[in-house]
Amino acid sequence: MTGAVATATRVLRQLRHDPRTIGLLLGVPAALMAIFRVVYQHQHSGFERAGPALMVIFPLITMFLVSSVALLRERTSGTLERLLTTPLSRISLLAGYALAFTLLAIIQAGVVTALSLGALGLNVAGSTALVVILAGAVALLGLGLGLLASAFAHSEFQVVQFFPATILPQLLLCGLLVPRASMGSVLHAVSDLLPMSYAVDGIHHLADQPGASAAAVGDLAVVLAFAVAAILLGALTLRRRED
Amino acid sequence: MKSLSDTAVEARSLSVSRGGREVLHDVTFGLPAGRITGLVGPSGGGKTTLMRTVVGVQRHVSGEVRVLGMAAGSAALRRCVGYGTQSQAAYEDLSVRENLVYFAALLGARGEQVEELLARVDLEAAAGQLVRSLSGGQRSRVSLAMALLGEPRLLVLDEPTVGLDPLLREHLWGLFRELSGAGRTLLVSSHVMDEAARCDEVLLLREGMVLAHATPAELLGRTGTSDLDDAFLRLVEQRP
Repeated sequence: MTGAVATATRVLRQLRHDPRTIGLLLGVPAALMAIFRVVYQHQHSGFERAGPALMVIFPLITMFLVSSVALLRERTSGTLERLLTTPLSRISLLAGYALAFTLLAIIQAGVVTALSLGALGLNVAGSTALVVILAGAVALLGLGLGLLASAFAHSEFQVVQFFPATILPQLLLCGLLVPRASMGSVLHAVSDLLPMSYAVDGIHHLADQPGASAAAVGDLAVVLAFAVAAILLGALTLRRRED
Repeated sequence: MKSLSDTAVEARSLSVSRGGREVLHDVTFGLPAGRITGLVGPSGGGKTTLMRTVVGVQRHVSGEVRVLGMAAGSAALRRCVGYGTQSQAAYEDLSVRENLVYFAALLGARGEQVEELLARVDLEAAAGQLVRSLSGGQRSRVSLAMALLGEPRLLVLDEPTVGLDPLLREHLWGLFRELSGAGRTLLVSSHVMDEAARCDEVLLLREGMVLAHATPAELLGRTGTSDLDDAFLRLVEQRP
């Protein structure tokens, strides 16, 4: 536990020395959401459909990119090797990253949610807190997928190529572009296997149904399960002994 | 005769493969506790692989390596072995002090130790600087300070004095001597022979095999030479 807290503190300190990244992480999603609102200026129903989905897509994209690069650096700079010669367990290391990045994702989601529900006039019938929690769960998923990507990449060039390979298919099939219900049976079956489908289903349930509906909570649980599975699978790739 | 408790590191029939190629061939040696052993030899000879094996981060190891009476890499050793890597691994986007504070927390080191070590390696003035902005010599001292955190009984230091000016090098060897005086065991690699002369024992590694393991004086005596560079050349000639 102390290892996890020390690691989270260290990760946040690294970010504090990098105010530009913090600015981009917090400012860009909000700016994109505002652009989206303007794009759908004459068709508010389009914004009501796509807006909520974006609220869970931002944390996936940002946390995947941040964590894949951060963990690749740990692997290639020798700091991971050094960490694994200390009593820090691999789970504590990842818990530290999860703490730091979830905190960041929750602040990001807070900014985006406040802007969307406030100035941009997006209607969300369900619990706002659950919207932010769902965004946090998606951030964990981004961390897990980024961790896995970092295991299969030898350079930062390679690791960012995992973005179109692993994240874009999920965005195409999650129900952002076409509702999942109107997909063909094959596409629908594939989209059933992808975690982001549940995140977008969940946020749509939250947008449509008041409070914390059972359907939304169920989707949140599925996203969390995928996130934990990805992180645990990724933990296996952090080997104490290397070539 | 040395008894077992006098031996901090013991390797028997140690072979290691990296990338499908065997880089250490059936190596056997023992490192006396409380002494400084210099690991010297040409680059590519297996020095770093041997150090990684002792620390327990190396894969594809056959044979036996025991460190402080335990199998190398045992969880219980993680508080007892300090490792200064050649890559000088530290977080570039943290300050020197922040790097030390983090590793001190992981090792459960005393809070004051960070400031003490900053003074020991002469980095007090640079403590608030980001590691990214440091010179090569400063970085190697950050790496060294990180290895000294906690109270490691064995210190494995991969080329700790590379890129340092003579004054600083003298200062660090004084520090190593002090640590060994306090009962710590040190394994220090170098590709510079004149550093071997400062060690209690020299382990000469060439092409993955131990060419010699003796005190500097014995090496000179055995080869009939007056400096260790010549002694090394003589040993290579004797055993092609």
